[in-house]
Amino acid sequence: MSENDIDSNRRRFLTTAATVVGGAGVVAGAAPFISAMTPSARTKAIGAPVEVDISELKPAERMIVKWRGKPVWILRRSNDQLREIKASDGIVRDPASDEASQQPVYAKNEYRSIKPEYLVVVGICTHLGCSPSYVPENAAGSYSLNDDWKGGFFCPCHGSRYDLAGRVYKDVPAPLNLVVPPYEYLSDTTLVIGKNPGEKA
Amino acid sequence: MNAVVGTLTRFRDWVDARFPLMKTWNEHLAKYYAPKNFNFWYFFGSLALVVLVMQLLTGIWLTMNYKPDAGMAFGSVEYIMRDVNWGWLIRYMHSTGASAFFIVVYLHMFRALLYGSYKKPRELLWVIGMLIYLSLMAEAFFGYLLPWGQMSYWGAQVITSLFGAVPWIGNQLALWIRGDYVVSDVTLNRFFAFHVIALPLLLCALVFMHIIALHEVGSNNPDGIEIKKHKDANGVPLDGIPFHPYYTVKDMVGIVVFLMIFFGIICWGPQMGGYFLEDNNFFPANPLKTPAHIEPVWYFTPFYAILRAIPDKLAGVASMGSSVLMFFLLPWLDRGEVKSIRYRSFKYKSALTGFTISFLFLGWLGTQPPTPAHNWMARFFAIAYFLYFLLLPAYTTSDQHGTARLYKTGLRGLLWLIVAVFDGYYFWYLFSGVAVGLAHTLFVVGITLLAVLLEIGKFYSQEVNKPVPDRVTSP
Repeated sequence: MSENDIDSNRRRFLTTAATVVGGAGVVAGAAPFISAMTPSARTKAIGAPVEVDISELKPAERMIVKWRGKPVWILRRSNDQLREIKASDGIVRDPASDEASQQPVYAKNEYRSIKPEYLVVVGICTHLGCSPSYVPENAAGSYSLNDDWKGGFFCPCHGSRYDLAGRVYKDVPAPLNLVVPPYEYLSDTTLVIGKNPGEKA
Repeated sequence: MNAVVGTLTRFRDWVDARFPLMKTWNEHLAKYYAPKNFNFWYFFGSLALVVLVMQLLTGIWLTMNYKPDAGMAFGSVEYIMRDVNWGWLIRYMHSTGASAFFIVVYLHMFRALLYGSYKKPRELLWVIGMLIYLSLMAEAFFGYLLPWGQMSYWGAQVITSLFGAVPWIGNQLALWIRGDYVVSDVTLNRFFAFHVIALPLLLCALVFMHIIALHEVGSNNPDGIEIKKHKDANGVPLDGIPFHPYYTVKDMVGIVVFLMIFFGIICWGPQMGGYFLEDNNFFPANPLKTPAHIEPVWYFTPFYAILRAIPDKLAGVASMGSSVLMFFLLPWLDRGEVKSIRYRSFKYKSALTGFTISFLFLGWLGTQPPTPAHNWMARFFAIAYFLYFLLLPAYTTSDQHGTARLYKTGLRGLLWLIVAVFDGYYFWYLFSGVAVGLAHTLFVVGITLLAVLLEIGKFYSQEVNKPVPDRVTSP
């Protein structure tokens, strides 16, 4: 082989090697940039549990508290409302709360709560993250709901409906029941949201 | 005088020896030959460029006073509106400019549908244009969060949650985009970065590529024929005229008229009845309460109506995504040899009309509350929307002679009677609020389409399409 000949094999090998090393460099270089966009340490730290006084809550009334930036609803259900939940088993998608990711085990029951009277759910629609409205009855048909509405939650964004236990109706865009956060009763009138019963905060 | 001209000429020559100044000027303006028969529809490309420059300029000035902080953003926008000298004008130019951008771009895209401007050899030009459109949607979405009003907040919450529908990685992806468990200060801060730096850079780069690609293949025209086929001895197209001064002057007329309308809106109706600036966005963002009526800005409503019409999260998001992405496939779905609507079959003309009606109707539905009747209408028009694209290969391929005979037997009248009865019932049900099933919708759309296609087949077999001329005709 004379000095002027081009060794194309060697050239191809060098090009390939340089491409592979360069590609690995690009991937490694991208990692910090991608990681920088995930929640920061401070953002994660804001998730501390919240204590709530529920003594003022009347039957069929709902209060909203903020936990991890999200609205958490506490609904005190009347006896009529509890009966409606039982009667709604046939029209909701997951009546027995079989989807484990949507509630802690101690809320996997008919009323999706520790005490049947009080519902605690994250007020964020499982479709696209809007906060549904609490509609105990469709007075004057002000919402886009049918006349046989039994009370529950209605999402104004895309029309998803939930019953009074936060269970999603069939044939609406939302796929899953509302999320029940971890919570615990400190006394009969005090709740702590963001912490499982008996767990250290 | 001569001395001044001489000095300027020498300076130009000095630059030319070091930078291709006159070469660029000639290639893209003075000796770029565009077809001589451009019409009204050809204003919107240059108008889009004008709006882009205006958005960049007003955007820089808004940045001087805006604060990307959840606690201060809403107030800083009000500060710009009330206390900054001429701040109201700059802000209204920017907010009205966003809507104007979409109006101009939609008309620009519709021009391409009319005259087949996406067809060979302009496929890449079209694809780059679609990338501009996608970037523009992202830019508008990021910008809409910045005033931190109720609509800003909940709009962003919905759109970021869309990514949550992606199988397996969805929730992680949405979290990564927001940087928090819900839309928050973190999200606002990064959307500000995307809106003022990332997307504008990308947009400018894509617009540059769009123009380079256009000048490589040359402009299409209302006749849809290539002017490069007939050239004079100097290689200049016989039906071409230099872009400068002919079209620069024409475009200036368009720009003047556009600016008159534009500033008319700013002075007399900058909110445009809630379509350009929504009422709910004059309330500061409240993460605990979604407003009772939430809708996106008008330019997203056709796609939003499709999303809402489908009672399944993943299928809804996928349909919405593909309703936008369908446009990318146009150059390959359209198998017709003729470009311009002037010489296309009646089939194509009615299909494009149907598509336009569907698009506009979906846009209107997206602004309405999601009642069952509205959802079923949205399903009807969403199916028609997709059929325009999916059947495009079928109805742009010629030869429909077989179907013509069907009509001699009187079947035609019968078919139309059935269609009228079923369509009438369908819409009567919808407007009276009765729930109808998917099967009903499919059936009604199906028979309507069948009747229309057969009817078109008849027209087609009788009427020979107007022949495509050899040279360009009038505008």
